[in-house]
Amino acid sequence: MKLTLKIWRQKNAESKGGIVNYDIDEISPDMSFLEMLDVLNADLISKDEEPVSFDHDCREGICGSCSLFINGQAHGPDRRITTCQLHMRKFKDGDTIYIEPFRAKAFPVIKDLVVDRSAFDRIQQSGGYISVNTSGNTQDANSIPINKDDADTAFDAATCIGCGACVATCKNSSAMLFVGAKVSQYSLLPQGKTEASRRVINMVNQMDLEGFGNCSNTGACEVECPKGISLDNIARMNRELMKASVKK
Amino acid sequence: MQNFISTSIGKKVAMAISAIFLMVFLLQHFLINITSVFSEDLFNMLSHFMGTNPLVQFILQPILIAGVIFHFVMGFYLEIQNRRASKYEYFKERGGANSTWMSRNMIWSGLVILSFLVLHFIDFWFPEMNYKYIEFKPEDPNRYYEELVHKFEDIRRVIFYCISFILLSLHLLHGFSSSLKSMGANKSYATSVKNLSVIYSIGVPLGFCFIAIFHHLTH
Repeated sequence: MKLTLKIWRQKNAESKGGIVNYDIDEISPDMSFLEMLDVLNADLISKDEEPVSFDHDCREGICGSCSLFINGQAHGPDRRITTCQLHMRKFKDGDTIYIEPFRAKAFPVIKDLVVDRSAFDRIQQSGGYISVNTSGNTQDANSIPINKDDADTAFDAATCIGCGACVATCKNSSAMLFVGAKVSQYSLLPQGKTEASRRVINMVNQMDLEGFGNCSNTGACEVECPKGISLDNIARMNRELMKASVKK
Repeated sequence: MQNFISTSIGKKVAMAISAIFLMVFLLQHFLINITSVFSEDLFNMLSHFMGTNPLVQFILQPILIAGVIFHFVMGFYLEIQNRRASKYEYFKERGGANSTWMSRNMIWSGLVILSFLVLHFIDFWFPEMNYKYIEFKPEDPNRYYEELVHKFEDIRRVIFYCISFILLSLHLLHGFSSSLKSMGANKSYATSVKNLSVIYSIGVPLGFCFIAIFHHLTH
């Protein structure tokens, strides 16, 4: 395959970036998108040019490291996959592909296609955990009976990998799908109920402090989420916050 | 509770409550106006009641105006906040691939509705307030129907009304279900009221257009 790539290049967080065109040839349709970028970078290095920086780690759709806004969509033109799971067969020979970093005020660009998503870490640290006494007599979690529906819904929420596609694709740069998933995965389980009020208040406050936008229920986040996290998690977070605020 | 209102979710819930309140009012307004199509007397009677009842005039009317102002001010405030949060634009973005036009353009449909409301206030509400509370004219229980049909004689006004109601319909097609979700309704619940949402969002604005066109053609 022969392709024209229009890639966002930015030297560092302070510099002004721009789109740079690259022509690339001999791309196999069986390559993953990140492998195609590897080929481009090998070519750039051989020409003594600066390679394109992009995030990646596990390359099997689990870690949430890879990002990229490809041809106008987070993680590219496919559903329920991350960029590392996107294959070049999704494109046609001669295509022009726009590759941009995830955009949001709360996700500043560090370099080229790499953005700082540590805002998610701070939200998680503000309440996305349960406190367990690990002094040696910890109760086996399996000994607590849990309704199957609740367990399944909690697990679905827990599949969120925190990639940030929801923020990148939201016209308001809202992080409510991510925070909703993290609140839900604990609030549905008995282990998470004790700290439920404090958790949702702290996580929502941290989300607001980070400068994410407000959710207007467009549903774009749910469609682009590689793990199919449902908007129901946002509704559950809203209910949890209302309950917690009344209790307080 | 004060902390709740200051959060992004609190603002969204407040926006949803004001939206639901306005949707209830709109339905009530429509049910009264549609009587003008088949009964001049019934329309005059209902309008006279709404225009002279102290509970409606001095309690519900100020609450309604406060609700309208709140919905618009909060809408603009949230839009500004959202634009600040997403200040960088993509070179290529395919919004249509994952969301509806209505959901992405609530601010624009809202602006058209606001301009319609300004005209509506100039047409009906200001003259009504002037009639009753400034000039203190004697109450005539049979004046309402004549005032209504007189306004729809001008084709330009009818066209602007219809355009505004089409935009209102698009606004409601997203706003109805969105307000329920903001209030914490699950998607499955929102889906079960989807038919009601579509009937309301298309039926009520279409009904208002019908009233305007009907009176234009028959008078």
